Amino acid sequence: MKPLEDIVVIDFSQFLSGPSAGLRLSDMGAQVIKIEKTGTGDICRQLYVSDIRIEGESTIFHAINRNKQSYAADLKNEADLARVKQLIAKADVMMHNFRPGVMKRLGLDYDVVKSINPTIVYAEVSGYGETGPWRDLPGQDLLLQAVSGLTWLSKNNNDDPTPMGVAVVDILAGTHVAQGILAALYQRAIKGTGSLIQVSMLESIIDFQFEVLTCFYNDGKELPVRSSINNGHAYISAPYGIYKTQNGFLALAMGNIPALSLLLQCPMLADFTNSAHWFKQRDEIKEILANHLETQSTEYWLSILEPADIWCARVMDYDALMQEKGYKSLNMELQVKTSNGLSIKTTRCPIRIDGNLLISEMGAPFLGEHNGQIEKQFGLIS
Amino acid sequence: MNNLPLDGLVVLEFSQYLSGPCAGLRLADLGARVIKIERPLHGDAGRKLAIKNLWADDSSMLFHTINRNKESFAADLKNEEDRNIVKLLIEKADVITHNFRPGVMDKVGLDYEKVKQINSRIIYAEISGYGKDGPWKNRPGQDLLLQSMTGLTYTSGNYKDDPIPFGIAIADTLCGAQLVQGILACLIRRQKTGKGALIELSLMESLLDFQFELLTTYHASGILPNRSGVNNGHPLLSAPYGIYKTADSYIAIAMANIRDLSIAIHCDQLEHYTPEDAFGKRDEIKTIIASHLLTNTAQYWMANLHDCDLWAMEVFDWKKLTEHEAYKCLEMEQKLAAVNGKEIITTRCPIRVNGQKLTSNKPAPKLGADNRIIMQELLNIQL
Repeated sequence: MKPLEDIVVIDFSQFLSGPSAGLRLSDMGAQVIKIEKTGTGDICRQLYVSDIRIEGESTIFHAINRNKQSYAADLKNEADLARVKQLIAKADVMMHNFRPGVMKRLGLDYDVVKSINPTIVYAEVSGYGETGPWRDLPGQDLLLQAVSGLTWLSKNNNDDPTPMGVAVVDILAGTHVAQGILAALYQRAIKGTGSLIQVSMLESIIDFQFEVLTCFYNDGKELPVRSSINNGHAYISAPYGIYKTQNGFLALAMGNIPALSLLLQCPMLADFTNSAHWFKQRDEIKEILANHLETQSTEYWLSILEPADIWCARVMDYDALMQEKGYKSLNMELQVKTSNGLSIKTTRCPIRIDGNLLISEMGAPFLGEHNGQIEKQFGLIS
Repeated sequence: MNNLPLDGLVVLEFSQYLSGPCAGLRLADLGARVIKIERPLHGDAGRKLAIKNLWADDSSMLFHTINRNKESFAADLKNEEDRNIVKLLIEKADVITHNFRPGVMDKVGLDYEKVKQINSRIIYAEISGYGKDGPWKNRPGQDLLLQSMTGLTYTSGNYKDDPIPFGIAIADTLCGAQLVQGILACLIRRQKTGKGALIELSLMESLLDFQFELLTTYHASGILPNRSGVNNGHPLLSAPYGIYKTADSYIAIAMANIRDLSIAIHCDQLEHYTPEDAFGKRDEIKTIIASHLLTNTAQYWMANLHDCDLWAMEVFDWKKLTEHEAYKCLEMEQKLAAVNGKEIITTRCPIRVNGQKLTSNKPAPKLGADNRIIMQELLNIQL
């Protein structure tokens, strides 16, 4: 039995933050029903976010919304709204990521919903919280990376601020709202109480930086300084970083510098015996290391470092990774099918339960695909 | 806050460093009693891992950041007497987490099969680097290495740059967060069925999951994601998505129609491009935008962009961020009770429940600080 079987989630959210939480809940067994605007649906179906398309919709939409159902409704139409409210009355969880105030205008804010269904777990993701000067601004991933200081942590010291090339804020906010929902469902299972769960993208991306922000708060508010070359982490000593070799790239995590000097036969590093200096003199150390590592192949270095249990790895792109047994043995790929038979290869849920993979072959729904089925299942009438 | 969602739950944390312990931190903030089971003398190896050489007491500031709001129980799992006491604790516990390399818990007789015999309702959650089978299972599960192996380092930076890692431990953070999801889902199931669970995650699966949009697109197209030549923001996204230098600082521009953008920033050169060019001529368009934005200040461009409702924000560092009202009103900071006369300021849990922020001023424990009280409260043994 998947752990969330018989949990019904009504998901009004769009794009990635909320929907990625819905995906995780559905993977763990919940019935996730997307409530989508009649005619256009989740903006992610339409928005030009990738030039690779499946069935006229972005690959991204299909990745995010597999294993869900779609119920099309116009929330400004009374009959539709009435049906949606009947659905809410029978749901366990309701989620949205509209800007603050939108749900209130639609008459679906927590206070109203609580009166329809007192034990519901009502979850919302905002960009910048319910109050404050940014509350009405768009909560978009890159913009949150920009305002949160995150872009000063990757790449080298003299480089421009560098965003992380995956929608990290959306995904973390989705992860956090799923945690909140699950904790509230647990409490409901014990005490029978409903809850309001709120997450903002800004709080989520601040939480992501909790280790380094705590340094900043307590160390005289000194801003992070990325290393001048081969930066891996602004707060970690040499050799931490990625290095070019004769034929590719090698990652080196934490390591003892004199030990590396011996193993790599790099005498110039032998003098750095005091580990306290590996942070202060990291640029100097890294430069010596970078020049030295360029003289041989990645395989050559790995054959020396790996047997010595030095924390290192070959840097791979997707082409290289997918040739590896270590990748294949994870069975991370998942084939899903849309209702008209189209097959799409994506990734599965990363969590294993009782030794089983959490998999489902159900692809992303077409807009309104499940209206009839859901009206029947929940006895919705207008 | 009273009445936290996980009140009454007992979690035994055998995990070290970040991946498992950040899961423990979240469970603690949500109300669980989280007890670190640490080896005598040294404890969690994270106690000695400092960043920027910052220390709180004899443990690092980093350790204090990750392990606040927890208790510590010192026990030597290789010693039979200690192990027997730990087994008594397991009888009373709801959840166990560990992130040892595969085989380590088996060796001390605390693998899931054994633990299940002690407590059939236990939720046993474990993190590995690369899964428990396969050729990489004994490799070190370290964040930068996982980033490097999973293709992630080809998503940030520009096309001609070397692979660029994320400057934060993303694999650890995500894996810990997903561990929490698995644990909570199985606690919900346990409430209905009485059944415990084994939850397994690996840093590698977590990072592959993180890249699910990119990987699905890669599988559909067979083409490796390409970072843009200039001002890369996301390899899958078209112009203008990225960060741009202005006359005085930087701004970020997210998805925007090229026509609308050209009007908002009065850039005549952009008028020759249609929205259909935004992917194919991404670098060309971004180069034009980049040189145009150098001609005026961030504030000037932001006013223009927001007037046209375009998605843009100024790029801040932490000083600017923490001085801004939008940050202050979140009240994201909390002060922990003094350790060695020193109060640490850190962040709180990002989740709000029933309008309440989840805060706790309980600092990280000293190694073995809670042995006596835990023996007394959970096992009724007086020391």
